[in-house]
Amino acid sequence: MEKFEFSDLVFENSKKSIDEYSVITKEIKRDIIKSLTLAKSGHSGGSLGISEILTVLYFGNYMKYNPKEPNWSERDRFVLSAGHLAPVLYSVLARANFFPPNELSTLRKYNSRLQGHPGLDMHLPGIETSTGSLGQGVSIAVGMAISDKVIDNNKRNIFCLTGDGELQEGATWEAAMAAGSLELNNLCWIVDNNDCQIDGRVKDIMSVYPIKEKFQSFNFNVIEIDGHNYEDIERGFNFFLENAKSDKGKPTCIIATTFMGNGISFMQDKYQWHGNPPKPEQAIQALKELE
Amino acid sequence: MKNIHDYKSESLKTTRQGFGEALAEIGEEHNNLVVIGADVSGSVMTSIFRDKFPERFVSVGIAEQNATTIAAGLALSGKIAVFSTYSAFAAFRNADQLRISICYNEANVKIGGGHSGITVGPDGATHQSLEEVSFLRTLPNMTLIVPADYNQTKLATKAICEMVGPAYIRFGRSAVPEFTSINDNFTIGKGDIISDGNDVAIIANGLMVWQSILAAQELDKIGIKARVINLHTIKPIDVEIIVNAARDCKCIVTAEEHQVFGGLGGAVSEVLAKNYPVPVEFVGMPDRFGGSGEPDELIEKFGLTWQTIFASALQVIERKNNLTPTYKKVTDIKYYNDFKIA
Repeated sequence: MEKFEFSDLVFENSKKSIDEYSVITKEIKRDIIKSLTLAKSGHSGGSLGISEILTVLYFGNYMKYNPKEPNWSERDRFVLSAGHLAPVLYSVLARANFFPPNELSTLRKYNSRLQGHPGLDMHLPGIETSTGSLGQGVSIAVGMAISDKVIDNNKRNIFCLTGDGELQEGATWEAAMAAGSLELNNLCWIVDNNDCQIDGRVKDIMSVYPIKEKFQSFNFNVIEIDGHNYEDIERGFNFFLENAKSDKGKPTCIIATTFMGNGISFMQDKYQWHGNPPKPEQAIQALKELE
Repeated sequence: MKNIHDYKSESLKTTRQGFGEALAEIGEEHNNLVVIGADVSGSVMTSIFRDKFPERFVSVGIAEQNATTIAAGLALSGKIAVFSTYSAFAAFRNADQLRISICYNEANVKIGGGHSGITVGPDGATHQSLEEVSFLRTLPNMTLIVPADYNQTKLATKAICEMVGPAYIRFGRSAVPEFTSINDNFTIGKGDIISDGNDVAIIANGLMVWQSILAAQELDKIGIKARVINLHTIKPIDVEIIVNAARDCKCIVTAEEHQVFGGLGGAVSEVLAKNYPVPVEFVGMPDRFGGSGEPDELIEKFGLTWQTIFASALQVIERKNNLTPTYKKVTDIKYYNDFKIA
């Protein structure tokens, strides 16, 4: 099992080159593979698929936070509405120095702070809310954005990521309606558009398309990006930060085209990897591909 | 303690007014108190707060799931978030949100469930929430209060806003007899003993407390001393007051404007089964949906009256004394208005 040990690398939240991003994403993907293999259960495909996006968000100086003061009153906040993608969030938080990376080995284990889906009751630094029941996180994010924008009128931003299958939950559209109507331009809603859900392709199970036009009609500024291209991800976040500058305006929706299991040959774009961990021999191969 | 016959109701007032006024008052003390409206702000009287503090009132439209999770988001941002709509929509449609986003998160959210119970009246069965207590009291971290009248609703509303954590307060639409004082002590989790007695204990909440007082007055006329307990807090439940009542009276009647299953009667029975089992009779909605009508007609039809409590008290006393009840078994009767005291 020595292959599944975790390095103690941590990274700063600052302007990065593409190569620097790439180093971080690889470390995060290795964490995902190792922690899920040790856990023997969990969601591999989606976690790998949003690794580049979270790399840029947490390490490219797009979000204000302080790992040494997780409850810093001026921090921006990230809500992982797709709570099953917890493995990537835990890795990102560990690599951002919120807690020691070797704790990633406890994912999904008894008494671990790294619950199968994020649980606020475990007080893991960097976790802003419990999520896991799809459709709720984004509405919590809207509540946070209302608190910051409508009630307090401060300069904090709220980032949130939902899956595309998650858009099948009716409550997500209640959240969209509120965000658009209340002109929450401090809200950045990222849609992880990998077109995969447990039972198959999103377009086959229950189509949520067209996503762009739906959000536009809910009064969002929408930008479409390649969710694995760092420059494109930066373009998306810069677009949001520009929108967030003005006193009033529209919330931002970043539709990120991604592949489930991105970067691992045998997982790439396979919806069957939604809710499965790698077996040890698969993990060894995956880690080789991530060298 | 007052003599049971000293309890008089001079006037009628709605519990929702107590809720609305309390929010407007406590909003002055807490500038982080935010109220969320879901289109029925006038009905549940959060409009009083809205008119006074428009900058701290957020309207989200007819979207109760979103209102509930937005409240959680506000609470996680340091606000005291209050969301109110009809109980029919404040506890079931948003059940998942209550469970995860509010209770699991231990979010500092207060839910005002208005227009509760059969006494919402003419709107009919769809709007007569009679089941929510059973769900709400199973949620970890939830505090659940069913106050008895206007003053107590006011005190209870302020009390849940002063505590930290999730809470639900259940109140009604119709005017109900006033018998508590705004100067009374109100403690979450501590029931009020309204009258002393050792023959039978009547444990009630909401508008059934007044009916229990009326029943106790009639029981007293035939020499039966009833201990009436206003158990306004269902969760956390006052174990001590229930066990003491069981020990002293050896039999109990519960009375609530809710299905007889899973509500106050269920909560009391759980305490008794574990600590001090005694016979219990349950007065409540007899496992059926309501219907349109004036509140008085409906409480008569479904037996949410002092007469049913009175009869149940006689019946449970006979059970305590191991006698065969001479009264018809209340739960077997199709409609309580067919029920005549022998």
